[in-house]
Amino acid sequence: MSQWFPKLKPLGREVWERSVLLTQFLCCIHIIKEHVVEIHQVMGPSMLPTFSAVGDVLLVERLSTKFQRIKQGDVVMALSPENPRLIVCKRVLGLEGENLVVMPTHGSGRVQHIKVPKGHVWLQGDNLSNSTDSRHYGPVPYGLLRGKVFLRVWPPGGWTRF
Amino acid sequence: MAEPLWFLAKRSAAAAMICITFTDIVGNFATIQGNSMQPTLQQGHKDFISLLKGDVVFYEKISAPAYKYCRGDVVVLRSPTDPDQLMVKRLIAMQGDWVNVPGSHEIHQIPKGRCWVEGDNGNLSLDSRNFGPIPLGLVKGRVTIKVWPPHRIGRVERVLPEGQVMFTDIT
Repeated sequence: MSQWFPKLKPLGREVWERSVLLTQFLCCIHIIKEHVVEIHQVMGPSMLPTFSAVGDVLLVERLSTKFQRIKQGDVVMALSPENPRLIVCKRVLGLEGENLVVMPTHGSGRVQHIKVPKGHVWLQGDNLSNSTDSRHYGPVPYGLLRGKVFLRVWPPGGWTRF
Repeated sequence: MAEPLWFLAKRSAAAAMICITFTDIVGNFATIQGNSMQPTLQQGHKDFISLLKGDVVFYEKISAPAYKYCRGDVVVLRSPTDPDQLMVKRLIAMQGDWVNVPGSHEIHQIPKGRCWVEGDNGNLSLDSRNFGPIPLGLVKGRVTIKVWPPHRIGRVERVLPEGQVMFTDIT
């Protein structure tokens, strides 16, 4: 038993140092993903023609939502009010305090006049005929917003603000 | 000598990263301000000496990604009216439940993905009775223990007010 110990001690130290390094690396990745920028793939037709339905890959920055610098027209990622495990990608059409006129989704609906309440935003997908958004679940609390989309990395072609 | 300074800087950065990751994933401490959760939780007042008398709680965020909260939990949530502010309230009802608003004859059914929160001190609390059911995504963690002041250390229990909620299912 005593002959094993001198061999194990440097090995143990190396395992410890590698573990510490790995932990620090994982923490660094977490902090970047959670507080600076993350990569998202969006699926679904609700943001056509801005994003395709089959999975564009976007870069989402997490700073604008934390410092309340979201403006009208920004495309944001948010937790869905109807399902907190679902992240949706929509455009901000109205900020708190603004008055909006919302056109009916189908021919028979009424035109709605909405004032966006304090602390909320109005989200809509660009594809009005096939998007579940604030027209269905109402104004979305600002606290559900996760980040602002600023770049498309796939398919290549850069970002154009619409 | 630059070397010990550099060593200190590296160690501080590493420690900061681990602390930030811990407070994001595992849980964090919070000082109670406001009396909406009396008598369960008490606030400290504005001057420094009294601030030390206010409750400090630990809230865990491990339940947060799966939203594994139960009716009666005391939770930390982002305010629906002021996104910079965190509130501490009790989770009374989940989606699909029927809630009787205390003090009135109104009954609300909680829509999909929402929940109903109330402060234990009904007179002072700004909660779902004012702003309605809120999306469950605003709930950021569950308060588990009080850590300060020493004579109030203890678990924060899950308590459901009698007769206020009708469940549609047990989960």
